[in-house]
Amino acid sequence: MSKVEFRGLSMRFGATEVLRDINLSVGEGELVCILGPSGCGKSTLLNIVGGFLRPAKGEVTIDGVPVTGPDPRRIFVFQERGVFPWLNVEQNVAFGLFRLTEEEKRSRVARYIQLVGLGGFENAYPRELSGGMKQRLEVARALAVHPDVLYLDEPFGALDSITRLQMRRELLRIWQTERKTILFVTHDIEESVQLADRVVVLSQRPGRVRRVLDIDIPHPRDLSAPRYIELRDAIFGEIGLAHQV
Amino acid sequence: MIRSAEKVLLPLAAAAVLLGLWQAAVAVTGTTIFPSPGEVVLGIGELARRSLLWRSIGDSLLRVGAGYALAVVTGIPLGMTLGWFPLLGRAVNPVIQMLRPISPLAWMPLAVIWFGVSNAAPVFLIFLAALFPIVVASMNAVRNIPPMYLQAGRNFGLSAPRLMAQVIVPAALPPILVALRIAFGVAWLVLVAAEMIAVDSGLGYLIVDARNAGKRYDLVVGGMLLIGLVGLTLDTAFRLLISERSRA
Repeated sequence: MSKVEFRGLSMRFGATEVLRDINLSVGEGELVCILGPSGCGKSTLLNIVGGFLRPAKGEVTIDGVPVTGPDPRRIFVFQERGVFPWLNVEQNVAFGLFRLTEEEKRSRVARYIQLVGLGGFENAYPRELSGGMKQRLEVARALAVHPDVLYLDEPFGALDSITRLQMRRELLRIWQTERKTILFVTHDIEESVQLADRVVVLSQRPGRVRRVLDIDIPHPRDLSAPRYIELRDAIFGEIGLAHQV
Repeated sequence: MIRSAEKVLLPLAAAAVLLGLWQAAVAVTGTTIFPSPGEVVLGIGELARRSLLWRSIGDSLLRVGAGYALAVVTGIPLGMTLGWFPLLGRAVNPVIQMLRPISPLAWMPLAVIWFGVSNAAPVFLIFLAALFPIVVASMNAVRNIPPMYLQAGRNFGLSAPRLMAQVIVPAALPPILVALRIAFGVAWLVLVAAEMIAVDSGLGYLIVDARNAGKRYDLVVGGMLLIGLVGLTLDTAFRLLISERSRA
């Protein structure tokens, strides 16, 4: 059963055509990476499904209902700069929980702070946290409202490569506990093959779906397994890069 | 330990040197008009005895406080509104930029026509002086809120008032606080000019009056130093308040 459905989606900014005729179906609980060169419109695509932009043509439906605006059931996660610097860890996580009672709020906040491994930092402010911790905080803030879909826009792009690897492992662990549908935008080929059930490769602007690859490797994934390398190289080939430096 | 001693001792030493130069200059030139530091201290003592000292400071603080408070309560909402509605901001901004460089002193004749001989005239001038920096900073503060904060606020389903209270205001606050401190400095700066019209009390009036009534230059300089000292005290209080907040 498909959760998110893109039908004939096109987008333009003025005279610039950004996305052309995107058709894609994302299943419930699936982790899909949208991969493409910078400027291909992948962030625009995520902003459309997130309800922050209206498409020029076509539509996105979630559970069969067209997206018309942002919705707390689907949370957008930015790079770690999206956390609120004037709130501490606890307050950031509680940000979207204003409809809950104090009691529910407390237990939710505690649970998600633990889940992302920020226990002991409840009263810390974002400026006291590392980039990776801020990113985890933002994920906790998103998960705390119990969304059914998460949109991640190059969430680890600003982190160093070691932290990035750890964050991917964390994300997979959280995804396996929470079973959310995840749309993950990235320009990092390795990242997409490490995380995704399926990788959607977009072309240069105007972005079109060039290819959708099933990543049929069970988690945890061995980054030196032949199948991993085969899939990775297939994407390198698809994007038109020789895998040499 | 050494650092904090430096922080206190160095400025004190510099002040002592300046006072020494001042004293020496008075002695060398043999002036009878310009007072020595000692005469100024005696002058201030005389003001205290005539219970003019605290009354002048109090009256000035009240006027600056009133004009400044008016500027804060009108300037912040006005500026934030202009920042929030880009079209409105673009329409009004040129007018603000045109009025802004006009010294509040140029408004003195108008202030007298509008408010006559009353406390309202100087309060109005102080209000004007503080208003523009606050409006402009509040406008820019809202304009410069990172879009992702607003996007996150909408994503979590915040109503407009909630978005205002929980995202827009806290996100815009740090630069507005800085502007409030600057605006207070400007307000204090125009005090003397504002008190030259329409009133007969306050530190500004003290200076004008001391010169006109008997050329009491010890009181003129004393009044100047008092304005400086009170200004410094208030600015320090402001700075502590802001850094306290950003630490919180």
